[in-house]
Amino acid sequence: MSFKLIHRAKGLLSLAVGVALVVSASVAHAQAKPLAGQTVKLAWIDPLTGLMGPVGNNQLNTVRFMAEKYNASNPAGVKFEIVPFDNKLSPTESLNALKSAIDQGVHYIMQGNGSSVALALVDAINKHNERNPGKEVLYMNTAAVDPDLTNSKCSYWHFRFDADTSMKMEAMTAFIKDMPDVKNVYLLNQNYSHGVQVAKYAKEMLAQKRPDIKIVGEDLHPLAQVRDFAPYIAKIKASGADTVITGNWGTDLSLLVKAANEAGYNGKFFTYYATVTGTPSALGSAGAGRVYVIGYAHANMGGQPTQWMKEFNQKTDDDMYTFAYQSMFEMLGIAMAKTKSTDPVKVAAAMEGLKFKSYNGDVEMRKSDHQLQQPLYMTVWQKTDAKFPYQLEKTGMTQALVKEYPSYVSSTPTSCQMKRPS
Amino acid sequence: MEFFTISMLNGLSYGLLLFMLSSGLTLIFSMMGVLNFAHASFYMVGAYVGYTVASIAGFWPGLVIAPLVVGALGALFERYFLRRVHKFGHVPELLITFGLAFVILELVQLIWGRTAVEFKPPELLRGPAFTLVNSSLDGLQVVAGAAPAALCQAADAAVRIVCSPFPATRGFMMLVALLMLLALWLMLTRTRIGLVIQSALTHPEMVESLGHNVPRVFMMVFGAGAALAGLAGVIGGSTFVTEPAMAAALGPVLFVVVVVGGMGSLAGAFLASLLIGVIQTFAIAVDYSLLGLIQSIGIKPGASMAGNSLMKLTVSQVAPILPYLFLVLILIFRPKGLLGTRED
Repeated sequence: MSFKLIHRAKGLLSLAVGVALVVSASVAHAQAKPLAGQTVKLAWIDPLTGLMGPVGNNQLNTVRFMAEKYNASNPAGVKFEIVPFDNKLSPTESLNALKSAIDQGVHYIMQGNGSSVALALVDAINKHNERNPGKEVLYMNTAAVDPDLTNSKCSYWHFRFDADTSMKMEAMTAFIKDMPDVKNVYLLNQNYSHGVQVAKYAKEMLAQKRPDIKIVGEDLHPLAQVRDFAPYIAKIKASGADTVITGNWGTDLSLLVKAANEAGYNGKFFTYYATVTGTPSALGSAGAGRVYVIGYAHANMGGQPTQWMKEFNQKTDDDMYTFAYQSMFEMLGIAMAKTKSTDPVKVAAAMEGLKFKSYNGDVEMRKSDHQLQQPLYMTVWQKTDAKFPYQLEKTGMTQALVKEYPSYVSSTPTSCQMKRPS
Repeated sequence: MEFFTISMLNGLSYGLLLFMLSSGLTLIFSMMGVLNFAHASFYMVGAYVGYTVASIAGFWPGLVIAPLVVGALGALFERYFLRRVHKFGHVPELLITFGLAFVILELVQLIWGRTAVEFKPPELLRGPAFTLVNSSLDGLQVVAGAAPAALCQAADAAVRIVCSPFPATRGFMMLVALLMLLALWLMLTRTRIGLVIQSALTHPEMVESLGHNVPRVFMMVFGAGAALAGLAGVIGGSTFVTEPAMAAALGPVLFVVVVVGGMGSLAGAFLASLLIGVIQTFAIAVDYSLLGLIQSIGIKPGASMAGNSLMKLTVSQVAPILPYLFLVLILIFRPKGLLGTRED
């Protein structure tokens, strides 16, 4: 009996000491990192299977890599945990994934591939947040670039870290404006929201900036279905186009480029996504000097982005290109530290209009439409050299910076009438 | 002109690839009265086995070994599965091939992963087979292999020269398909075994009573059909992409070919394959839409009509669904198919 009592007392004592230690530690920590030790779950909903599977796999590796980096250094002290879902690039599968993510208590959703998916998600998230006050989820859009998402369909719960189609086209056409040898342009795009928008903005903005340029052809093909682009290339050649503008990505771009090389088409390509998995290999040396990419980052930025690309490459034997995740983690960390909370409603309010320094310089999450305002880079495909040393997919080729556009150049107006929760 | 030639060649090569698959499918159909739903899956297995053998021993051994492996698999499937359900009638037979397609898909994803593998054609086939040089001065010329750069550049700015290389992979695809057609035709009409197969198609009981082993003939035909699909897989997989959805993408088109050509008709399958290959290729080149049609006959469309997305659809946008439209039309107006003989 007495033995037991002593034992219990001992246990209580050590417990008390332990509590005291924990309390003092967390007090000391609280000054620096207000949310130390808290875990924030982020659902990642993107394709891991099918033709676009390789893109999704690369991005899942990227987001995990970034999460690891930011777990060590974010100002809020939170731990980001990634919960991946394979949506097979289907809006229906994505809604199922969203539902199970919400059921698992996840409040932050990331998605990027396919504006078709994004439009479905934004709808579902709006409804969910309206019907379940106190259980809101935020939508971190890392790559779906349909301008509708920040215009007619804009949502308070949606934040976009990529630059939308109109912004990239603004920068792309600003570049084409000074290229007198671009005379006949062909528009080849995927037949869904993003591809249609690329074609629309290309026509509008070229007409403003270079009214002398002729659009000699325009085509929309099914998304992630076409295996043989030879008929399209034959058509492009026959149209006499010297330049192709395409928003294609994944296999839709790599197979297009492969068919172009095989059929000996040597016009210029202005692309959004020529550095995405698979395409650098398809481009090879044949694309040198005539394949342009507009993007929010490039392979030879120097400093920390290049350092991380190298680390990522050592780890996964792949190239990192989705830097939008970095802006996202940066911003979540700042907003959570500021509000001392991981509550999505408070974090959303703090993210609106937030200005911060990201990998590509000073950026701002525009309050009126939740579109990140950021610099864009125009690069061209060429052999690696002393100035541009980072080779993509072991091709010995890289993207060389030809022009940098500060945020204000690519900034486009918004028609968003944001409905904020009262 | 060079556009027409190149598009025609593109269409024919795609059509011939379809024929490599549909020939086996239509033979199996005419023999057993069963549409083999797993036929495109054999195509996929051929591509993946070819990829694996090619990465160990090179492309050419892969081109031989993969069809043999797939053919053996097909024969085993017929012997141990299909034959057992044969006595229950056609529906169970159909369902077992349907099930097999899913089993193969999952197995392929388990073994080779869910994303595309990099199956490159051999060095010999990477360049162009020949180049069409169209000069506004000298007309159309054909140069074997890649055309020298000097030939493709006009010295005079007024002369327009267009060089259109035709990839060797596609040339090889056409060559193999034509050789296969020839071999198949010779075997069916000129050899003893061909005669047995032909007679087993229509009068299996009679052939059996004459002392031939008809079930074994069935097994061989099923195996041979699968092997042809495997061969097409190695060529198609290295020319286009090798990935788990390749069977699902091609399967429906195959049924269109078999139905349009006429169930069980080899000549019909050949004709329908070429027709569908060429139609799909040329449809992409056509930019006409309903709206354009209305405008061309002199009616001025209203604003709501001009903005209607259905009216604005061009033929090139609907190119992927044309084969299926074709299928529906054939079934309505000529149910036995182009060259079919069955009326049921």
